[in-house]
Amino acid sequence: MITITNIKRVGSEKTESVTIENGLIKGWNLPEEGDVIDGQGGTVAPALIELHAHLREPGQTEKEDLASGLAAAAAGGYGTVVSMPNTSPVVDDPAIVRSLIEKASGLGFARLRPAAALTKGQKGEELAELTYLKEAGAAMFTDDGRTNENARTLRLGLETAGSLGMVISVHAEDASLRADGVMNEGPVSEALGLPGNPASAEAARVARDIEIVAGLHAQGVPARLHIQHLSTARALDLVRAAKAQGLPVTCEVCPHHLTLTDEALRSFDAIFKVAPPLRTQADADHLLEGLRDGSVDCLATDHAPHTRAEKERDLLDAPSGIAYIELAFPLMYTRFGETLGLERILDLMTAAPARVMGWTEPTLDAGQKADLVVLDLTTERTVNPAEFKSKAKFTPWAGETLKGWPLLTVVDGKVAYQR
Amino acid sequence: MGARPPHLLDFQDWTPERLGAILDNADTMLQVLDRPVKKVPALQGLTVCNAFFENSTRTRTSFELAARRMSADVLTFAAGASSVSKGESLRDTMEVLTSYKVDAYIVRHHAAGAAHLVARYSGKPVINAGDGRRAHPTQALLDAYTIRQEYGSLEGKTVAIIGDIRHSRVARSNAELLPKLGAKVVLCGPAPLLPAGLGALPGVTLTTDPRAAVRGAHAVMALRLQRERMSGGFLGSLQEYADTYQVNETLMQEAESGAVVLHPGPMNRDLEISGDAADGPRSRILKQVENGQAIRMSVLYHLLVGRN
Ligand SMILES: [Zn+2]
Repeated sequence: MITITNIKRVGSEKTESVTIENGLIKGWNLPEEGDVIDGQGGTVAPALIELHAHLREPGQTEKEDLASGLAAAAAGGYGTVVSMPNTSPVVDDPAIVRSLIEKASGLGFARLRPAAALTKGQKGEELAELTYLKEAGAAMFTDDGRTNENARTLRLGLETAGSLGMVISVHAEDASLRADGVMNEGPVSEALGLPGNPASAEAARVARDIEIVAGLHAQGVPARLHIQHLSTARALDLVRAAKAQGLPVTCEVCPHHLTLTDEALRSFDAIFKVAPPLRTQADADHLLEGLRDGSVDCLATDHAPHTRAEKERDLLDAPSGIAYIELAFPLMYTRFGETLGLERILDLMTAAPARVMGWTEPTLDAGQKADLVVLDLTTERTVNPAEFKSKAKFTPWAGETLKGWPLLTVVDGKVAYQR
Repeated sequence: MGARPPHLLDFQDWTPERLGAILDNADTMLQVLDRPVKKVPALQGLTVCNAFFENSTRTRTSFELAARRMSADVLTFAAGASSVSKGESLRDTMEVLTSYKVDAYIVRHHAAGAAHLVARYSGKPVINAGDGRRAHPTQALLDAYTIRQEYGSLEGKTVAIIGDIRHSRVARSNAELLPKLGAKVVLCGPAPLLPAGLGALPGVTLTTDPRAAVRGAHAVMALRLQRERMSGGFLGSLQEYADTYQVNETLMQEAESGAVVLHPGPMNRDLEISGDAADGPRSRILKQVENGQAIRMSVLYHLLVGRN
């Protein structure tokens, strides 16, 4: 049993305490019992939910592993993490799903909900054994890391997953339009002489996938499509239109696409190389508008750790991805606390991802699962990647001053992180 | 003149005055090359590393000769057979080279921006000898110098560059340099090889019409066409390209009467350039090669002499 004292609920100035027992919230402002933790006046919220993290296990543990990735997530205030299956081997086998869940549960950091591959080996050809993968505990299906070039396979997957009540999430880029692009196509890529990845690569693919869902929907076939890391204004407009028609399409946006643009590539630093690439300020502004008006469903980080040596290669050779799960909330809160408001940011990182997945929305009510985070909304701290729990100890935001750092993360009633 | 930039990576940090000084200094270097003993002691005791992560015998030889004629020691690093090709980071390689106490690096790399990274990691002057599609500044300087020899100045001159603009570091560097020196640049090629984004550069216009590009031009540069652009789907056929975009005597009729023909080499004769244009009286292609050495000597001098 633990009691966390000296905390405030969002929107309230009242100092309260919460008591946790057997993994559940026992109640508020009860007599102190068990271990008493001082919440230091912080703001308490349901623990954050990450729908898109690369934890690199199995097979790429020099980049990250379950222990470092889930510890990093807990330090970032996350209670639940959906890991991507583009590992080595690919998570396309129920036994791998089971072993990941088992291993993670013993670690005591954030809870792992592995996503499984949609197709065998993520090759995009034959569907994986979705029924067995769901039974093993897979949270959703995705070929992220790859794009789904074969439209028919995706359609069959949507039908199968839909019948299982499961979401398929997609990395929406047309590979032939993307070609060899390593950054957003536009004046900056041309001036830098780097091969460009056009906005149309994303929009064209989003349009195709929405049409597949629309076709199934018209026939009454249940199918749920989640579009990952949306980066362009035009693709968001397509999602808006689909939602207006009542289609079961959701999408996520990553903080790095809101806070950085292709101008960052002028440094030629591969730390800014991501897929889909950093776009223009106009795209970032449009995405932010989408967060405000609800056409973007949730935030996700696409936490994608690599070794430093890999990221110190040139821009053509370096792999894509930024690892910053520990910073996501402070970054969002510092940059957009005023425009979006604390409650909307928290919704986008807690209840909204749960809605996308069809999970019960987390609350802080008595009787609910004790997954919570205490946030320090006032103290400013300098980002120091050397302190990261993630193995990727470098970030575009090193040296920046942010506020909103997690003080305490509780998962299943146990302390998973304490500052 | 403004502060002296520590590197020649592209022309972003370079003032027209500094660039003019390099061109002026090349006059002196040409005189050196005319002497019976073609060597000056300017870089004695210094070691210049030719770091070629991508093969280019011509450029490497030109830089190597330029450094030797200035009395520098030259260390050649060719990455072809090394671990770099197996994914070792650029930084790791630079750490090894740095331990050899090199005083300056000449860097050729297949990736745009690689020379910038070398500059960051090495802490020594870096000359970009071609990085991906990004820049080939000494080539642009020698092009500018060759045109200046013809007209005395680049002020008010128009230079047409015709060919595969998209994949050309030579086109990009010239588009950056020539307007700084007062010239206009017209970039021309088939639409898929002519990125619209380059039209945003000051002093640069784009056209897909070679006759329009050449009209009023004082110099016309043909770019080498890589035959693999065919398989990339950029072109219908090489014949179609040659019929439309080849720099030849007929096309040159549209240019100013004294207009000269340039080519960064190596040439595909009768593809991007006709034999008569390449070898005729307008051609300054061999002049470019000769000027290249003088320009590279001048750049080395500018970056290294008087710097501790
Ligand atoms: Zn992705």
